[in-house]
Amino acid sequence: MTVSTSRRGFLKAAAATGALLVVGLNAKGAFAAADGTTQINPFVKISEDGRVVAVIKHFEKGQGPATGLSTLIAEEIGVGMEQIDYEFAPSNPELYANLAFGQFQGTGGSTAMANSFLQYRSAGAAARELLKAAAAEAWGAEASALDIVDGVIIGNDQSAPLGEFVARAAALEAPAEPQLKSPDQWRLIGNPDVRRLDSEIKGNGQAMFAMDVHLPNQMIAMLARPPQSGGLVASFDDTEAQTVKGFIRAATLPNNAAVAVYAENTWAAIQAREALTVEWDLSQAETRSSAQIKEEIMAALEADAEFNVLKNDPAPMDKADKVIEQTFYFPLLAHAPMEPLNCTIEANEDGGITLHDGAQFPTGPHMALSQIFELPMEKVRIKTMLAGGSFGRRATPTADYQVEAALAFVITDRSRPVKLVWSREDDMRGGYYRPAFGHKVRVGLSDDGNIVAWDHRIAGQSIMKGTAFEGFSVRDGVDHSSVEGVSDTPYDIPGFHVGLTDTKKATSTLWWRSVGHTHTAYAMEVMMDMAARAVGRDAVEFRLAHLGDSKDQQRKAAVLKLAAEKANWGNPTAGRTQGVAVHKSFGSFVAEVIEISGGGAEDVQIEKVTCAVDCGIAVNPDVIKAQIEGGVGYGLGAAMRDEITLTGGVVDQFNFPDYEPLRIGDIGAIETHIMPSAEPPTGIGEPGTPPSAPALANAIAGAGQIVAVLPMVNDGISFA
Amino acid sequence: MSLTLKLNGVEHSVDAEPGTPLLWVIRDELKMTGTKFGCGVASCGSCTVHVDGAPVRSCQTYIEDLEGAEVTTIEAIGETDIGAAVQQAWKELDVVQCGYCQSGQIMSAVGLLSENPKPSVEDIHDYMNGNACRCATYQRIRAGIQRASEIMEG
Repeated sequence: MTVSTSRRGFLKAAAATGALLVVGLNAKGAFAAADGTTQINPFVKISEDGRVVAVIKHFEKGQGPATGLSTLIAEEIGVGMEQIDYEFAPSNPELYANLAFGQFQGTGGSTAMANSFLQYRSAGAAARELLKAAAAEAWGAEASALDIVDGVIIGNDQSAPLGEFVARAAALEAPAEPQLKSPDQWRLIGNPDVRRLDSEIKGNGQAMFAMDVHLPNQMIAMLARPPQSGGLVASFDDTEAQTVKGFIRAATLPNNAAVAVYAENTWAAIQAREALTVEWDLSQAETRSSAQIKEEIMAALEADAEFNVLKNDPAPMDKADKVIEQTFYFPLLAHAPMEPLNCTIEANEDGGITLHDGAQFPTGPHMALSQIFELPMEKVRIKTMLAGGSFGRRATPTADYQVEAALAFVITDRSRPVKLVWSREDDMRGGYYRPAFGHKVRVGLSDDGNIVAWDHRIAGQSIMKGTAFEGFSVRDGVDHSSVEGVSDTPYDIPGFHVGLTDTKKATSTLWWRSVGHTHTAYAMEVMMDMAARAVGRDAVEFRLAHLGDSKDQQRKAAVLKLAAEKANWGNPTAGRTQGVAVHKSFGSFVAEVIEISGGGAEDVQIEKVTCAVDCGIAVNPDVIKAQIEGGVGYGLGAAMRDEITLTGGVVDQFNFPDYEPLRIGDIGAIETHIMPSAEPPTGIGEPGTPPSAPALANAIAGAGQIVAVLPMVNDGISFA
Repeated sequence: MSLTLKLNGVEHSVDAEPGTPLLWVIRDELKMTGTKFGCGVASCGSCTVHVDGAPVRSCQTYIEDLEGAEVTTIEAIGETDIGAAVQQAWKELDVVQCGYCQSGQIMSAVGLLSENPKPSVEDIHDYMNGNACRCATYQRIRAGIQRASEIMEG
């Protein structure tokens, strides 16, 4: 059997189908379904009993778009949050594209709210105008005299629940440019009392994650993968596996990348896979160790940069009265979402297939499965389930685990659905890591205490190069995701030179919550502190002095001032030390002040984190706070003690005991302050992460030690 | 082997090999999916259930040891006063993000409050240390337990 597994160029294929972004208001009229539910447009369904359903084009991994986009629809129609439900959109890159990505449906780059803000409000407003027009027609009134409040259409001395007009509204033409409510009319947008729509089901066991899919007669498949990246199956022996009750069969995937073990249930699959013996062909496999990766990166920092990303002044460092220098190292990191990767594929009666998946980038697996099964796109359906975290891991340019499931399914007779399940060990050892990076920074300072030159070298493994997403991020050889947060910093830095060298990948690499900012913010903000200290200036004052009058600079300065004020900067609790960092990422500005006890010779305890965020209009303030809290914890947990290491190409870590996640006692209170703003909403899922580790490092530096190697435990820091 | 498993007050006849973790009986045989698989080695707590009222990691609890025991999962914990208080607190404070670990967090929180109705922050940290949350909702878990304690006081 010939199975196409090439993913290269699938974005080109997407682009070739042409067309612009389809904004959901072209679904003329819509249809009245048999169950009394009317699809007003691609984003809004309303049933005759008045229930509104928001159709969510983004997936929900906890970051809040199910609540956020529903809020926009409810606001514009004029219903309360208790009157709206949500469902996840099918995979359809024409109707449900991420407007920041082109014709591609996906969630990433903290764009869910930013790209949906106008679109979903417009969809809700169109629904409102249609319902008002229908009521006006029924009542012989002017639509402009009517209003919708809490799901009731009022005006013309009459009132009736909006559900009564659903069928009539469905027959009307949608307005081309529906009038949006103005901010002074908002009751839900910006309301801190709006609650998540998915809280209850996630607290009583009813929430359905992809891992919870149980299709009739399904098989569980687990894969035996090579010990090293690039290994292939030579042969396998399943004699022992056959003694496991519930074992069905084992088979090599068509691409020779793994042996699939099929079983009646998960426990049988786990046992049978353990009992399987596989001979691997490792002739093309990766054999490098993480120590070699680090050596290569550190050596690259000392050689001429491969790419001059920014070069403003030929010899600015000569003008400096004082030069400080520091190198940094950032290790490989796993994402380790709580729900191990998994998805389920079943055959449909019409010859098509359905993928059940916590699909972060539906268009990716959609196109991949279309190729593998040689089916037209419309015969491949994706049912998006809740995702138990991702932090980037469920969005790979290769659709890695969905392709594995497809290959495991395509070699069966397709009579039984196949659910592919990864174990925690599979996840920890399965590649797609935050790449390792090194930075070497020299900062030239003047006698009057200002930056006069900044020479910044970066070396590491590109995330985007060699993937289908290369075109998005790589310009003139420079992968922007390797330098973002440095080369585009809002700080006023004269004599700014940024150089980049790509080093060879030893494993597959992937974006990890906040992508390049995971390391660039650390290098920038630790360096800013070192520079301030070198010239005897306060860390906050020094930063403010290097932020000028542009809008970005003023927004960055404002969150820094707010965090400093709320944290009582300069006056820590007795016996504690403060550190600060501020960073712009994904269009948003976040400042964090961390207060620690200990440091020096004592164990460090993170006592308090005070955050200020400007992410434009705060649609769901409490979700924003939660994302900052989570982003801080995710960044700090990794910075404190996590790394993936390789020995001879083999990953050394297995499970949480050797990739210890942040625990409840690791961080004290996190306080988040939201800057009022009339700017369009920007990212919130990721921007809390970048300043967290440098703020901690700066607090530790305040207690006497520069932390230049992550995780911090590798640089001699111990935590309480 | 065939045995009777009493789960959420209902007796189920279960056919499972000795050594089968309770987790997989609950999820795959009984199709109750609120109890989650996170690590399989009792280091994340996502699979926490109660056996005779006390939290255990169901991935390391074996089916042959459960004859005559009463197992309670997230699906039924709300029927207890403490379970209802914790679930109410979780909703009030929107503790959850992705939610995958939260069944286990709630089962452990109920265990804590059953033993210690007014836990200190240190008590909470000690008791909940084995329940990992990669979304880092810990601040709200801490607040949720304190709020549940208030609700229980009435």
